[in-house]
Amino acid sequence: MSAKTLFEKIWERHLVSRRGDGEMLLYVDHNVVHEGPFHAFDRLQRAGRVVRRPAQTFAFADHYVPSRSPHHGGPVFDPGAGRMIVQLETNAARAGIEHFGMAHAQQGIMHVVAPEIGLVQPGMVITGSDSHTTTDGAFGAFAIGIGAAQVEHVLATQTVWYRKPAQMRVHIAGVLGPSVSAKDVALALIAGIGIDGAVGHVVEYTGPSVAALSMEGRMTLCNMSVEFGAQASAIAPDAVTFAYLEGREYAPSGAAWRLARQAWVDLPSDANAVFDREATLDASNVVPMATWGTCQDEAVPLSGKIPDPASFGQADRRSRAKAALAYMDLEPGMNIADIALDHVFIGSCTNARLEDLRAAAEVVRGRRAAVAAMVVPGSRGVQRAAEAEGLDRIFIDAGFEWRQPGCSMCTGANGDRLTPGQRCASTSNRNFEGRQGAGVRTHLVSPASAAAAAIIGRLTDPRILIRGVT
Amino acid sequence: MKPLHRLIGIAAPFNVSDVDTDRLIPHRFVREPLSAGYGRFLLHGDRYDADGNEINDFLLNRPVYRTASILVTGKNFGCGSSREAAVIALADFGIRVVIAESFSDIFRANCLQNGVLPVRLSRHAVEGLLRVLQGQPGASMSVDLERQEVTGPQGDIHHFEIDASRKQQLLQGLDDINITLANLEDIDAFERAYRARFQWLTQTRTEAAVLVRGKAKP
Repeated sequence: MSAKTLFEKIWERHLVSRRGDGEMLLYVDHNVVHEGPFHAFDRLQRAGRVVRRPAQTFAFADHYVPSRSPHHGGPVFDPGAGRMIVQLETNAARAGIEHFGMAHAQQGIMHVVAPEIGLVQPGMVITGSDSHTTTDGAFGAFAIGIGAAQVEHVLATQTVWYRKPAQMRVHIAGVLGPSVSAKDVALALIAGIGIDGAVGHVVEYTGPSVAALSMEGRMTLCNMSVEFGAQASAIAPDAVTFAYLEGREYAPSGAAWRLARQAWVDLPSDANAVFDREATLDASNVVPMATWGTCQDEAVPLSGKIPDPASFGQADRRSRAKAALAYMDLEPGMNIADIALDHVFIGSCTNARLEDLRAAAEVVRGRRAAVAAMVVPGSRGVQRAAEAEGLDRIFIDAGFEWRQPGCSMCTGANGDRLTPGQRCASTSNRNFEGRQGAGVRTHLVSPASAAAAAIIGRLTDPRILIRGVT
Repeated sequence: MKPLHRLIGIAAPFNVSDVDTDRLIPHRFVREPLSAGYGRFLLHGDRYDADGNEINDFLLNRPVYRTASILVTGKNFGCGSSREAAVIALADFGIRVVIAESFSDIFRANCLQNGVLPVRLSRHAVEGLLRVLQGQPGASMSVDLERQEVTGPQGDIHHFEIDASRKQQLLQGLDDINITLANLEDIDAFERAYRARFQWLTQTRTEAAVLVRGKAKP
């Protein structure tokens, strides 16, 4: 039997049929949806079709939920956003789909909640109505983001058509330095490989610094895989994965847990499995990073300078960088640490888990924010855990806003947007033009770096505050 | 899905690489019903100023490109968010074919689900088409899906690849879902075997608890 990768093993387990030109029909274990793909439910209903396996789809209100509760003096709730939330609830109820709405004790961002409650397990095929479904690969699952028409297909058939992609292994050697996070690794990787570096590929992360990451760190890394074009990414399940999963609400327990563990043992890629491409990164060289442009590969160390677009080899990269600097209102050669901010956002499916909030709180403790700053926990579970250990007080005492779980200012769908020309250090995943509001300038950073930026009011290497030196 | 066979139309040269779906349609519009006409949201930040006035010199606002049905653009088109609204906005504007060196995978899949043909050509070919189109505003091109050929304004013919099944679906306007449901027995059979093999996966929490209790008994 020839050597197989983790992905190949998962596809094999889920292969329903093939069609002539190489597309596989894969069985879907779990499908996760947010308010977005309402067209899928509409079309399904119009066609008179039923959801084939409602117990295998889970619905999460995350994009449109307000981050300010009325108790916090929040604004009058946006009726258009409210309609989206109610629509999801109605569609879920009609189909018999479990719904994590605003009143649910586990409400939050679906890529935070689904793993947190044990819905994401090794070896699964998971589809999601969101590109950041790649997050779930952290558990050794095959997890892909799909559009509304494919969501409709999954709802109706519990399967997805998928053409076998090229496979890429990203080996991350070395050891991460103190106060350097998975987010910095992701940004350094994307800066090296390019925003489209893994288009047409799925990516498996290997290496000692990947194995050393917590599940939270692994989720951050896999979350960002789509930002360099990967269709999916995965990390082989190991003791860290199993320890995280055991005892979670939707994870198997007792005898079922033992059965599951047996089925997970064989999943990791065989030692001599062949990948179409290999890339490596030495984690010991990674330092805290920030983006300066409007694509995620436009990133440099926080201690660095804005590059000259003329220094880029390819013409389209040069013109993109020039346009980015014009939008960002920045000049080549400027120190990143001289970039003054209007706002700091700590949140999103990339960086709103407990470990992220702890890293930010460590920087913030006993200090004051110099600019407007907000923390939006990824889920009620994260919120409760953070409040139980007093992280909310640390942020509030430092002048940060402590908000309610949801996607919030990552997409601004719930109205959490900034105004044209404002500049934000953000722990989210996309620095595209207009992402956080029309004309808003986004700098992607890690939670510790966002916290440092809030304290200083400029983009800041967090190691200055943590250790007093860089 | 609207079938696509052969198309002759005005090709707009949008010479930008890595155009993301947030740019194609900002998130604040994706909650609108389809009846709102998504074409007016397409590239909203490029087409309108802060007061909602059209920016006259933006490509798609120029009179000659308002009826464009082909978009020629830079690499990695449609990266970022999986929002299908990006394709719906293109299609509603009238774009049926996008020609680029590469596409984001999710965007490409969304195109194929919505009757929009994503054509991958070499960088050299795309750069050549962009150059010619920029020199001849309003020039037409033709796309022949059956023959898998694009013909440039100067008669230059470029072959492109597409999966045979996707090609047939576009030609006939067939949705995946009908094709899959026609072979439902395959899924039924797979599901039975799969559930027997990986019992815990599809159990409800109650069933799992029963299983645990059942096994715990001597």
